[in-house]
Amino acid sequence: MTIDPNALADVAAVPGVAKPDPIVTIDGLERSFGGVHAVNVDHLEIQRGTITSLIGPNGAGKTTLFNLISGFDEPDNGEWDLDGGGLVGISAYQVARRGMVRTFQLTKSLARLTVMENMHVADQTNPGETLRGALFGGWRKAEDEATEKATALLERFGLTHMADEFAGSLSGGQRKLLEVARALMVDPDVIMLDEPMAGVNPALTQSLLHHITGLREDGMTVIFIEHDMDVVQEISDWVVVLAEGSVIAEGPPASIGSNEIVIDAYLGRTHREEEE
Amino acid sequence: MDFIAVIRDGFLAMIGPVTAAYAVSAVSLNLQFGYTGLLNFGQVAFMMVGAYGTAITVEAGGSLWLGIPVGILTAVLLGLLLGLPTLRLRADYLAITTIALAEALRLIVRSSWAEPLTNGVFGIQGFADAFFDLNPFPGGAVYGVGTWTVTGRSLWMMIVSWTVVLLVVLLIRRLIKSPWGRVMRAIREDEDAARSLGKNVFGYKLQSLMIGGAIGAVSGILLAIEQQNVTPDAYLPRLTFILYVIVILGGAGTILGPVIGALVFQFVFFGFDSLMASAQANIDWVGDILSPAEAGQVKLILVGVGLMLLMIFRPQGMMGDLNESLIDDH
Repeated sequence: MTIDPNALADVAAVPGVAKPDPIVTIDGLERSFGGVHAVNVDHLEIQRGTITSLIGPNGAGKTTLFNLISGFDEPDNGEWDLDGGGLVGISAYQVARRGMVRTFQLTKSLARLTVMENMHVADQTNPGETLRGALFGGWRKAEDEATEKATALLERFGLTHMADEFAGSLSGGQRKLLEVARALMVDPDVIMLDEPMAGVNPALTQSLLHHITGLREDGMTVIFIEHDMDVVQEISDWVVVLAEGSVIAEGPPASIGSNEIVIDAYLGRTHREEEE
Repeated sequence: MDFIAVIRDGFLAMIGPVTAAYAVSAVSLNLQFGYTGLLNFGQVAFMMVGAYGTAITVEAGGSLWLGIPVGILTAVLLGLLLGLPTLRLRADYLAITTIALAEALRLIVRSSWAEPLTNGVFGIQGFADAFFDLNPFPGGAVYGVGTWTVTGRSLWMMIVSWTVVLLVVLLIRRLIKSPWGRVMRAIREDEDAARSLGKNVFGYKLQSLMIGGAIGAVSGILLAIEQQNVTPDAYLPRLTFILYVIVILGGAGTILGPVIGALVFQFVFFGFDSLMASAQANIDWVGDILSPAEAGQVKLILVGVGLMLLMIFRPQGMMGDLNESLIDDH
């Protein structure tokens, strides 16, 4: 796969703009809770091989959008696809198998499994996970291969020394790292990170950032939700701004900080009048 | 007071076929509760369905050897029917549905409407002759030393039922030590995480419910054969909760925990029973406070107190790993 780093250079910074090579395309996606339009996205494309940040004020519908496209929630209307394959009505586990893996805002480590077992669970190729395989054996080879792959990933994320510890005994930051490492065991094309930096100390934030840009270098598409604008400016290729469920702006990071619609969405419409 | 007799009574109950049947049922409950995190409060229904499936088949003219697989398959079907509508819901719904279903099934079985099939409250007797025909030990003879004896019939039943315990434990051990078992434990820890990693959580839960149901049926069949009797009121919800006590006592989420739990529970339960009966008869002031019937009930109180002490001082159960139990979920 060849990724053109400047692919988005000529794309206009307007909501719903078409990208040269979209891997995820969303159309008319709507989800209401009671009378609240949590998500109402007309059209959104995510460019392959980029880091796309999803930002927006609290309650903008970022996590709901994640839940919808990863199959954890069902929309009222709309369709979306991954690399041309429609995902409407596809359950969450199948979305993961098709190559789009998500993490959660509140880290979901499998506490009473060891770190290595956490990694193994994310393997998709182990025949021992079926009842027949478990009963009749023949899964050792796949298991060993997965162990090898997991060992390399744990090494990359600095968790090697914790491999045999219960995941529940990891620190908050280590759990975040484990969650990303575990998601990579699935061999995803698209990895969706829901606030990976939340509650992580500054030193670890730098290391996480480094890992996330590393994912892009490996050819993956990263979509991530983040509040910290410094982080967003630092690593994203493209920024999508949600407010009240809709995409109100998108563009390269430099274009977002000065966008008046975005400032209004964050600070409220009246702030400029007060200043004047 | 004859303390040797108290120990003996506890011991003979502990090695008896009822303990083995409880152990089998506890092993299956442990697969669901301890490894998959499913709250099945209707375990007794699977035991009842297994027992009745067997007994009714024999009544209808089939052989016992046909009846046993019929009983097991009926329980698997029950697991499927129960799981399809409830397993997508939150865990507490399964708990409510299973306890309600178990009671509803028992009431249906004992109703006059079902009498042509189930013989209502009177139940079905004497369907396991084919099993006891195979008994190589003369039924009248006793085996053992002094007063520590069992009958030939009991010995035969014990050998078969403890063999079943061994086979079931080996089966569960093989499943749990496999990647399949690892996925089950992952689901117990966090089913959304398992889903996000491409695991068909619903399918796995259904398998757990059906396999557990099949093993539960085996336990019910063992009990029914031992007693040569199935009656609806042997399947009260209390039995399910005794099985939970056994699983937690031995250590939920451990391979041997449920078996150890069953042994200890039965020993303590019947040891206390014997102790109280003996104290009531031989110690004047105990005899003054308690009638023989009341003395029999004290064992239930003591079991409750014992369980509380266990929860306080050893929450992980006898076989559990303390470090594992200290890990908080999130």
